[in-house]
Amino acid sequence: METEKIKRFADLIRLETAKMLSKRGFGHLGGSFSIVETLAVLYGQVMKIDPKNPAWPDRDWFVLSKGHAGPALYATLALKGYVPLSMLDTLNENGTLMPSHPDRLKTPGVDVTTGSLGQGISLATGVAMSFKLDKKPNRVFAIVGDGEANEGQVWEAFQFAAHQKLSNLLVFIDENHKQLDGLTKDIMNPFDLVMKMEAFGFACLRVKGNDVDAIYEAIRQLDSIDDQAKCIVLDTVKGQGDEYFENLFDNHHIRFSGDSKDALTSLIQRLSEKVESEGRQ
Amino acid sequence: MNIRFATVQTPKEIRAVYQETLNELIESNSSILVMDADLAGASGVAKVFKNHPDRCINMGISEANMVSAAAGMSLTGKIPFIHTFAPFATRRVFDQLYMSGVYQRANLKIYGSDPGFWAAHNGGTHTSMEDLAMTRALPNITIFAPSDATQFKWCMKEAAAIDGVVYIRATRKVLPDIYDPSSEFETGKAIVVAPGSDIVIYAIGEMVNEALNVRTSLATRGISVEVVDCFSVKPLDEALIRSEAVGKKLIVTAENHNKINGLGCAVAHALSEVGNLAKQLTIAVDDRFGEVGTTDYLMDKFELTSRQIEEKILRIM
Repeated sequence: METEKIKRFADLIRLETAKMLSKRGFGHLGGSFSIVETLAVLYGQVMKIDPKNPAWPDRDWFVLSKGHAGPALYATLALKGYVPLSMLDTLNENGTLMPSHPDRLKTPGVDVTTGSLGQGISLATGVAMSFKLDKKPNRVFAIVGDGEANEGQVWEAFQFAAHQKLSNLLVFIDENHKQLDGLTKDIMNPFDLVMKMEAFGFACLRVKGNDVDAIYEAIRQLDSIDDQAKCIVLDTVKGQGDEYFENLFDNHHIRFSGDSKDALTSLIQRLSEKVESEGRQ
Repeated sequence: MNIRFATVQTPKEIRAVYQETLNELIESNSSILVMDADLAGASGVAKVFKNHPDRCINMGISEANMVSAAAGMSLTGKIPFIHTFAPFATRRVFDQLYMSGVYQRANLKIYGSDPGFWAAHNGGTHTSMEDLAMTRALPNITIFAPSDATQFKWCMKEAAAIDGVVYIRATRKVLPDIYDPSSEFETGKAIVVAPGSDIVIYAIGEMVNEALNVRTSLATRGISVEVVDCFSVKPLDEALIRSEAVGKKLIVTAENHNKINGLGCAVAHALSEVGNLAKQLTIAVDDRFGEVGTTDYLMDKFELTSRQIEEKILRIM
């Protein structure tokens, strides 16, 4: 993997996500930022896709089960060329094709509509099961939130994936340790997610979710397994990639004003300068 | 539409028709899949599972995952038929029907079995009197409540051909034959099963047969009853409902469902803009829960028998 290229892609995703949220003045920053590096690895290196042909039958599928991280996905899709970058300015505008939560009928490149938590991972297992029945090589990548894993349906989906040995599905759990109302350990303790997934029958690894090399290496390591469901627990920080937002306790959904507005502005400036200087190299 | 009425009675269990029709669909369409939530033995599809193991998936007792996973399969071109008891096919999974299903235009076929009094000895916990109330309020859904085996089979084949979520509510048990097996129906078209001039009864499912019994009985009193089968609950044949109501002395609806937001409400809504019509009598379950009992006992308890319908009509007439 070209690490620098993927890191730069991650910077661009975070930058465009920040710009979208800044333009709208509010949005789900914390959970969008925590999956940026994973999106960069998947869309920049791993997934078989054709942005000019979003419905390409041979493509790999992506399911953002934690649908509220939609802005990060939209930024990724626009940077890959599924839609013009200018569409990002329309996030949550009246009549937009980019609503808070991904809608497959609205945004080119969105494979599955998600947002009602717990359902996306079930939908992903269905997509994977269908490819398995047809003996097709398409793979399915899904990101579940650690808060989302409060939902019982997530565990129904996990037991189904494990029982059916859906090795064409790779589940990421974004363990950013927070949910809307606070820390996951205070609201609904997830305990050890790797142990839980292994107990459910998954092959499971834990990696630092801000380390593109580690994420890629984990995906490669699991690649060879073809008789078991697979999971990567991403050890992330909600608001990942910016010191201010990482330390802002209530960072699930932010209405930017005062310090948070200034922080977002300076993040956009810092990342813009960074990607510009990297672009010149 | 090409309707012929049954001239002889050779009724079959609906679950046998479910099984037989799934076998036919699987053999004629490579996209059809069958899923059940650990009720394959109850729904009659255990044999389909045996004959076509590569096309059938037992999802275990996890209805929410079944609905969403089936919806996911449909996004890749599959046409999944899923079954569980009506309450678990609707109220347990309503948000799944919404987001995984209709909202993203999934192509999902749902057989919710044993609605209303058909729950019998499974009792109140397993009784669905509200499945139509909930599903009717979903955009992008087709709802069928077939009245006999022929119509049930047609609904299944039609469901396979419709691109979208289809909910079929029906018993697993035997219904008297109303239609000849050669009959062809149409989505959104109600059927005048028997003509009449004094009263019109709009009915669905098992209540069509009760309405026919009412018709026979009231004929001896010189009262002429028209019976309309509104099996396509959504889309509902509002045009025919309006035209058949004109000139009648009483308008009746009959359903094995809560009186709230079922067929009675749908008909009242369809007629609300017509004006100068007779009173409407809603035969339905009076906003109560189910309980254990035989279907005969429960029909009587819920005041859905033809005798009770007749008494209510005579009280008003």
